[in-house]
Amino acid sequence: MASILLIIAQRLALGLVTLFVVSIVIFTAVNLLPGDFAQLILGQGATPEAVESIRRDLGLDQGPVVRYFQWLAGAVQGDLGNSFAQANFASFAGSDTGSGLSSVAGQIAPRFENTMFLAGVTAMIAVPVAITLGVLAALFRNSVFDRATNILTLSSISSPEFFLAYILILYLAVQNQILPSLSLVNDDMTFLERVRMTLLPALTLTLVVTAHMMRMTRAAIINLLASPYIEMARLKGLSPMRVIVKHALPNALAPIINVIALNLAYLITGVVVVEVVFGYTGIGQLFVDSVKIRDIPVVQACCLIFAAAYILLNLTADIMSILSNPRLRHPK
Amino acid sequence: MTRISRRGLLKTGAAAGVLAATGMPLMASPKKGGRLRAGLSGANTSDSWDGRTHSDLFMIASASGSVFDCLTATAADGSLVGELAASWEATADAKTWTFNLREGVTFHNGKAFGADDVIASLQMHTAEGAKSAAKPIVSAITDMKKITDHQVQFTLAAGNADFPYLLSDYHILMYPAGQIEEAIANGIGTGLYAVESFEPGVRMVAKRVDSHYKGDSEGFFDEIEYIAINDNTARMNALLTGQVDAINRIDFKTEALLKANPNTRIQEVTGNQHYTLPMLSQTAPFNDLNVRRALKYGINRQELVDKILQGHGQVGNDTPIGPANQYYAGDMEQLEFDADKAKFYMKEAGLTELNVDLSASNAAFEGAVDAAQLYQASAKSAGININVVQEPADGYWSNVWLKKGWCASYWSGRATEDWMFSTAYEAGVPWNDSQWDHPRFQELLYSARAELDSNKRGEQYREMQEILRTDGAVIIPMFANYVQAVNNKIGTPDTIGNLWQMDNARMAERWWMV
Repeated sequence: MASILLIIAQRLALGLVTLFVVSIVIFTAVNLLPGDFAQLILGQGATPEAVESIRRDLGLDQGPVVRYFQWLAGAVQGDLGNSFAQANFASFAGSDTGSGLSSVAGQIAPRFENTMFLAGVTAMIAVPVAITLGVLAALFRNSVFDRATNILTLSSISSPEFFLAYILILYLAVQNQILPSLSLVNDDMTFLERVRMTLLPALTLTLVVTAHMMRMTRAAIINLLASPYIEMARLKGLSPMRVIVKHALPNALAPIINVIALNLAYLITGVVVVEVVFGYTGIGQLFVDSVKIRDIPVVQACCLIFAAAYILLNLTADIMSILSNPRLRHPK
Repeated sequence: MTRISRRGLLKTGAAAGVLAATGMPLMASPKKGGRLRAGLSGANTSDSWDGRTHSDLFMIASASGSVFDCLTATAADGSLVGELAASWEATADAKTWTFNLREGVTFHNGKAFGADDVIASLQMHTAEGAKSAAKPIVSAITDMKKITDHQVQFTLAAGNADFPYLLSDYHILMYPAGQIEEAIANGIGTGLYAVESFEPGVRMVAKRVDSHYKGDSEGFFDEIEYIAINDNTARMNALLTGQVDAINRIDFKTEALLKANPNTRIQEVTGNQHYTLPMLSQTAPFNDLNVRRALKYGINRQELVDKILQGHGQVGNDTPIGPANQYYAGDMEQLEFDADKAKFYMKEAGLTELNVDLSASNAAFEGAVDAAQLYQASAKSAGININVVQEPADGYWSNVWLKKGWCASYWSGRATEDWMFSTAYEAGVPWNDSQWDHPRFQELLYSARAELDSNKRGEQYREMQEILRTDGAVIIPMFANYVQAVNNKIGTPDTIGNLWQMDNARMAERWWMV
């Protein structure tokens, strides 16, 4: 057990280093984009004086290295800074908006909650469906069912997300008005209303992530079916279903968990397109808007969240596969 | 029943009216009740109830269109009416204006509205550090005097006959004096609707005020909900699936689909929004009047309206004054493509060939690059070689506009002639994108500004439009329509405002549930 804790500590430390590197890469990338916040927010009204005054207010007149370290100094103390849009707004009006949204954290928190909710609903649908389909496909391998499942899931993963989204909207919202095409969630909603509102984007994401998990489940199980202990189980006269679920699946868990973790990470970081199509107010939409106006503090914070999600879920996957494997759990 | 065809109305140029594209019957009587759900673009996470920062539809419709009031307002037919001001009068030099305020008006928090609120609300725009878009308007006031609780007198630095019009600007909202911070935080105004909830960049819900000074003739909905949907397709889907009742900015490419749907109808109005190609008139070769005239005859405006706007617009005549303006000279001779005339002016300029660069990007307007290429093709037959330079959209307004000799741009237009001219055509102002400096034009601008006699003003503005048409350095090929859609649950009046999208952003006041 101590070794697992050691692994976790090591990985978390490495994760912090990764986050640091990510922050540098993002900061550099956003700075390399043409135009800065002052020019983009002013648009047609960008007179040199106005651009200068906004840059001065936001500290954009300082060099990139100075700005990065100022940001970093705040970030390590848990202060992700103020969104440029809000800070600029406050200096514009000569007073704060009073909305309490000026800090990046305040702006991201409700959106992050929404994104996590969507990821949660999707995971609740996608993971059981993918594993069940994978087990069934392994059970009836090379049958019509197996082929059909493969073709369907592979074609859905090969289509762009917005295309799947529009197909679902066409059939489930426009032609048969079963679900809303616009995912408007707010705090006044009951849990069930919220789930209903989130269902179409969740189904779209399900179509995107199912294939990967389902095929990994199928492959991992089929891989094991040739091993001697499975043959033994068969010779004992166990039913094929029991052989797969009781004997093969536990040993195939490690790769399956890995793939599930990767896909869960995708549900948090890859929702940008889906959120925009359904007008879902999650972190992805905020991210797109912020990149558009080069609102560096918000972009940085979003990227760090995305990176952290990947790192933590990967770590969880590794720990889980260790725990699911007795040989790794009790190393000699 | 009256039926008006869109095309007919466009042709006559009397387009300050509704264009009922589907031929809907125009007569219907409004009825109270219901909840208006509108999907609107132009929302930002940095939105707030501070009118000084408003620049796009979502907040304009939420603030000046429902929760707040200005002193004056522009009616759907373009005429000026009092909102919180009941009446006003000026001295003969248009320098001193006295406004009589409406009595018995209260803010949503119960505070009574009076002269102090007007003065405090106007001072917000010139406060230290505030960068209000309405600052030029308010800083022209040299003195504000409270005469009685319901009478205010303004003294202007120079006479301005448009002053009451300027006060209808959506930035100049009336806030309760002494509680301005609170009013900005919670949205406390005098409008027909009081805020229930507001999430910046996401949603605004407001409820009809029980007894309001506007009475029962406006504000028919019990409740309104404005939903921020910046994505074009998502907005369209929301209307088609009935999640919202009205949307703004229809994408021309998919407009046919909406038209085919029996449950929705499209509203289309021609306002002052125009696309421009400004030349720097102080730099060669554009400082030569004959070169400018040759270029004016080398562009096929109708082709641009047909292909770039897909018919949703009107040809321009190189003046920024549009159908939503009071003194719009729609009967001036229309500039048309004419290769012979273009060649004639080339000869006058002593040129056999003209090579010019035209910088364009879709940041200026959707289809700007295509428009430049169409221009290139038509001008070629007149011996004008236009080299279309495709500029990056990022930084376009900082690096290209006002800097390159000839480029593409746009203006959403202004409610009054003087406002438009003094923003972009007065000598020396920062946004004068054609370096326009014409002595006669300048003289007319100043004299018309202080002229209270409407006929005389009309003549002066006509001459100014004529000057721009024949000599001006901005090619204005087209006015782009505002196109929006509602479903059949919504009733709309005969005349739809054309100053802004969505009935001048006042759909909450003017529309109703059928």
